[in-house]
Amino acid sequence: MDPLQITAYTTVSAAGDGREALQSALLEGKGGLQPNDFGHAPLDTWIGRVADLENRPLDEGDRQFECRNNRLALMTLQQDGFLTAVESLKSRVDPTRIGLFLGTSTSGILSTEQAYLKLRKSGRWPAGYHFKGSHDLFSATQFVRQKLGLKGPAFSISTACSSSAKVFCDAHRFISTGLCDAAIVGGVDSLCLTTLFGFNSLELVSGQPCRPFDQNRDGISIGEAAGFMILEKNNTTDSGVALLGYGESSDAYHISTPRPDGAGARLAMEQALNRAELTVDEIDYINLHGTATPSNDRAEANSINRLFPSSTPCSSTKGWTGHTLGAAGITESIIACLAIEAGFIPGTLNTQSPDPTLGLNIQRSTKTEPVTRVLSNSFGFGGSNCSLLFGRTSC
Amino acid sequence: MLSFYLEAPAVAAPGLDGWAKAKSVLAEETAYRQAPLPDYVPKILPPTAQRRGSQSTLLAIQAAQESLGTTEIAPTELASIFASSIGDPEIVDRLCSALADPQPMVSPTQFHNSVHNAPAGYWSIAIDSLESTNSLAASDASFVAGLLSAAVQCQAESRSLLLVAYDLPFEAPLDATRPLSAPFATSMVVTSSSTRQTQLHCTLEINAISAPASRMADAKLEQLRIGNPAARALPLLQQLASPTDEETLTFDYLPDCQLHLKCKPC
Repeated sequence: MDPLQITAYTTVSAAGDGREALQSALLEGKGGLQPNDFGHAPLDTWIGRVADLENRPLDEGDRQFECRNNRLALMTLQQDGFLTAVESLKSRVDPTRIGLFLGTSTSGILSTEQAYLKLRKSGRWPAGYHFKGSHDLFSATQFVRQKLGLKGPAFSISTACSSSAKVFCDAHRFISTGLCDAAIVGGVDSLCLTTLFGFNSLELVSGQPCRPFDQNRDGISIGEAAGFMILEKNNTTDSGVALLGYGESSDAYHISTPRPDGAGARLAMEQALNRAELTVDEIDYINLHGTATPSNDRAEANSINRLFPSSTPCSSTKGWTGHTLGAAGITESIIACLAIEAGFIPGTLNTQSPDPTLGLNIQRSTKTEPVTRVLSNSFGFGGSNCSLLFGRTSC
Repeated sequence: MLSFYLEAPAVAAPGLDGWAKAKSVLAEETAYRQAPLPDYVPKILPPTAQRRGSQSTLLAIQAAQESLGTTEIAPTELASIFASSIGDPEIVDRLCSALADPQPMVSPTQFHNSVHNAPAGYWSIAIDSLESTNSLAASDASFVAGLLSAAVQCQAESRSLLLVAYDLPFEAPLDATRPLSAPFATSMVVTSSSTRQTQLHCTLEINAISAPASRMADAKLEQLRIGNPAARALPLLQQLASPTDEETLTFDYLPDCQLHLKCKPC
């Protein structure tokens, strides 16, 4: 397929505000997880919480969009000169031909949770509650579209933890069919009780900071994050990194358990390689979905072992950010771009002894070395798999 | 401009229970009468999913199953797109109620069914297919965005897709803040070349807003159309029910743009 140039990107997670902070955290091995202090009855777990969102209300004019999720979206847009990059994009590309595709799993559901809590306590439904601007899955997309002055096609993708990876596939299709000349992709998911207590009910939450691919791994640490990227065809301000391939598949197995043989995940990875016209030997690093649940990591290992040589360096960066669910795809795509641009292979924070039965070449600590091509995996509930391939276009 | 073909329409809605009934109403052969929605339990789902599937999953799969019964394309060759604004209203209410307890406990089944792509996940299990599925949302334009995304994927990847749109109303307290008039699900197959089942050839464009959206002449059907994001498909379903001459339909999409869909009977 024709590559899409990545001409700007920005991110906020517990590992830092902006790409420089995230890169330093990755290079220095400093993670952002903390003991859980979220909500009225905090579970005994660790979370990746973005500091100070409570004190960042939206402007009066944006009140219809007020919720934690949109606060995080706006805070992220304000990092890394992203707003300036969007203005520059709009001077080159007609805003009606810039698509906006954002992923989220729970959007602003926290606002509804809080409204139910107020109803329970006071017997009255809070007057200020507004569904469309907060909980609605399209809320962040509408808010960001308005903030950025975009006029092109837009929708939200909500496929659980693959949401903000799959946005890249739609962006490529809208550009390749000629409907758009550029796209802004990304995702935003913020902490809420639904995911904390929901994953806990499935016994998938760890009591410690998550330890992906460790032989003693026992579950995820939930995090929140947002990230945005500009994708363009034929751009002269080429940053050197591009989306080279994408693949999407289903597990057809179970709603909340991955297919043990990893056949669906493998299909997504094969499609990404085929679209990029690359072989497995040409991949320098795999950023794993690596949630740190026993079943996810085993299924992902099975899928990779059947496709890649055992020497391919792999790591999961969820020890830095937590599992940011619908924002995991964009967060880890940005980590892939940082790895290529700055030349490093991230480690797997918190992991002490990689599970020898999984057979992958797990990188425990971050290593500085040239990286040209990275495969990034995102797999979600419902058996929704997406693999993205990033790399330098000229090498 | 996007070009594609449509076949195998299906509907599951009050008074439009299945395509045969819907076709007769939409072709103005019989009057539209609202009737309670049957308790759908689509047979295509495995027994555990029939028991555990949420309301939204059962409704969406009911429509999808009907399309599959008409098309000659093998289910495992179809990618799929599921479009819905709300997802599952009952689960949202149950989860948020449970989370307001002093010591919150949520049901694991309800939590995994709460993901927006639960119907897509159950669908892939039902047809045992590793093909890609997508689940999207665009508020009142969710069906419209689904149609656009399906047309784009069909053309970009030269492949056939199943497009399913569904939405169900909230009950109190959320019904007041996001009112929907009735449940509605529809499904159709989008192909890049014509087949023996093709009913319409369509071309689609995104344009600035120039005219009011296409409406239903019948007042009750029009109420249904504006009252549920999935029912925004009704003008297109009417074209599929009684193809006349070439017709251009207008769909509201975003605050500054519309979709223009030119439909030609095949």
